[in-house]
Amino acid sequence: MTNYSGLKVLWQGLTGNKGWKPVWREPEPKAEYDVIIVGGGGHGLATAYYLAKEFGVTNVAVIEKGWIGSGNIGRNTTIVRSNYLLKGNEPFYEQSMKLWEGLEQDFNYNAMISQRGILNLYHSDAQRDAFARRGNAMHLAGAGAELLDQDKVRKMAPFLDYDNARFPIKGALLQKRGGTVRHDAVAWGYARGADMRGVDIIQNCEVTGFQMDGGACVGVQTSKGNIRAKKVAVCVAGSSGRVMEKAGMRLPIESHVLQAFVSEGLKPTIPGVITFGAGHFYVSQSDKGGLVFGGDLDGYNTYAQRGNLPVVEDVCEGGMAIMPMIGRSRLLRMWGGVMDMSMDGSPYIDKTDIDGLYFNGGWCYGGFKATPASGFCYAHLLATDRPHENATEFRLDRFKRGAMIDEKGVGAQPNLH
Amino acid sequence: MIINHPLLGPRDASEFVVKGAASLIDRPDWQAENATDAFHDYMYLRDNPAGEHAELWYHEQGDRSWLVVTRNTLTHEVTKVEMARDVARARGRSK
Ligand SMILES: Cc1cc2nc3c(=O)[nH]c(=O)nc-3n(C[C@H](O)[C@H](O)[C@H](O)COP(=O)(O)OP(=O)(O)OC[C@H]3O[C@@H](n4cnc5c(N)ncnc54)[C@H](O)[C@@H]3O)c2cc1C
Repeated sequence: MTNYSGLKVLWQGLTGNKGWKPVWREPEPKAEYDVIIVGGGGHGLATAYYLAKEFGVTNVAVIEKGWIGSGNIGRNTTIVRSNYLLKGNEPFYEQSMKLWEGLEQDFNYNAMISQRGILNLYHSDAQRDAFARRGNAMHLAGAGAELLDQDKVRKMAPFLDYDNARFPIKGALLQKRGGTVRHDAVAWGYARGADMRGVDIIQNCEVTGFQMDGGACVGVQTSKGNIRAKKVAVCVAGSSGRVMEKAGMRLPIESHVLQAFVSEGLKPTIPGVITFGAGHFYVSQSDKGGLVFGGDLDGYNTYAQRGNLPVVEDVCEGGMAIMPMIGRSRLLRMWGGVMDMSMDGSPYIDKTDIDGLYFNGGWCYGGFKATPASGFCYAHLLATDRPHENATEFRLDRFKRGAMIDEKGVGAQPNLH
Repeated sequence: MIINHPLLGPRDASEFVVKGAASLIDRPDWQAENATDAFHDYMYLRDNPAGEHAELWYHEQGDRSWLVVTRNTLTHEVTKVEMARDVARARGRSK
């Protein structure tokens, strides 16, 4: 397959766009692979891409029960950032941010990466101090951060309700390198890059069980028959519990629904990403002009990709509290995605106790930004059987060791992370 | 979702907070040989089923009772609501 370029776009434009070809094949599964990745979301496809590109492992299949991009990779609110506090997390998310910055050149695909900044508003002195500490942790990891006072925030976002009696806006923590990325282009770019290097992407094929031999995992059972593999790498986000149950495993994960909302298209109003520090609300504006926003989980276990009305009301109240002008625009659509909420709010990239079976999950509602580093670190683990240096803390046994990575400090209560 | 409270009748789900799986009622014996492992599994591992799920709901904005709500995680249909107290006692707990 030839590379994309400006010249090619121009040429195709002049010749009726008749020369574009599908960017990945639709192969039938082979009898055996070196690595089978279960789940063709962002993380699964990125894992396949880096396995082939960085680690030279190309006899790989990605097995997806629907079509690629049908899971959370195509349902999220597209925010990328590396503004974490704890040392188990921050270097990993900063690695991801660096990979985002070079991604379009690396996989030769336009993912519309837009680093237009993320503002985390603070509303009290205590919150300012906490953000100062977080900003310092970000500096230590090379992520960069700025603590802004109210005047500086006013210049960037004059439309916020600064003098709100209950939640006055006192300032913000700014990460200029944060922003948004076109989510499904990420899936397509990684899929194309993996396919070009020989990876088989098998869609509409559900993994229904694991093939076991002498206690080790030696392949998968699927709706298209059995497929053997030296290593099976599960990467199914919200479906983690359902899939790993088939290997007899219980996980430190609960599945919950997160809703997202888009308004009608507006002229450019919001410069970057803005988050409310006193409630839970975050908003950005898409290239089409819609305000893209969200807030809290619904709070109960669910595998249904839809939520309930109380959270819709709660999210809209959060929006009204910081930017009353949002009340003038109409809601266009809303949807939900199933989140793999972990017990401490941080993810897992690990070998399981079953030989040949690997697990990647627990991404909560923050796994989109992690896509490149998750793929890279999972590929590293699969290729070398050792964790990548930025992912050493993402172990399944960390609760046994008392080594939780609890950014929020709320304990083993997945619906609060 | 509407929760049919055994004492108060149908109440809106937004009056409640959800704690999680009703298996949290079955606190392990802290004096047992395997207490460390048992508490790890109790605290951190979940069945997380797709389908029927018994869970603890707390009527925070109501009578502040704990309920065991049996609900389908695929359809959100509520099939049973019991007082957590009754469930715990039926399982041999003193309260
Ligand atoms: C509303 C919403 C907003 C979000 N906003 C953000 C955000 O702003 N920033 C951020 O960083 N993150 C965000 N997230 C989180 C992020 O989307 C996820 O953490 C991330 O996409 C999960 O990884 P994934 O892309 O691999 O998942 P998915 O795309 O869900 O991939 C998993 C795949 O596995 C497949 N699968 C499941 N079971 C099987 C099976 N048995 N056999 C074969 N295949 C199977 C599924 O079909 C699916 O395609 C948001 C999520 C939601 C729902």
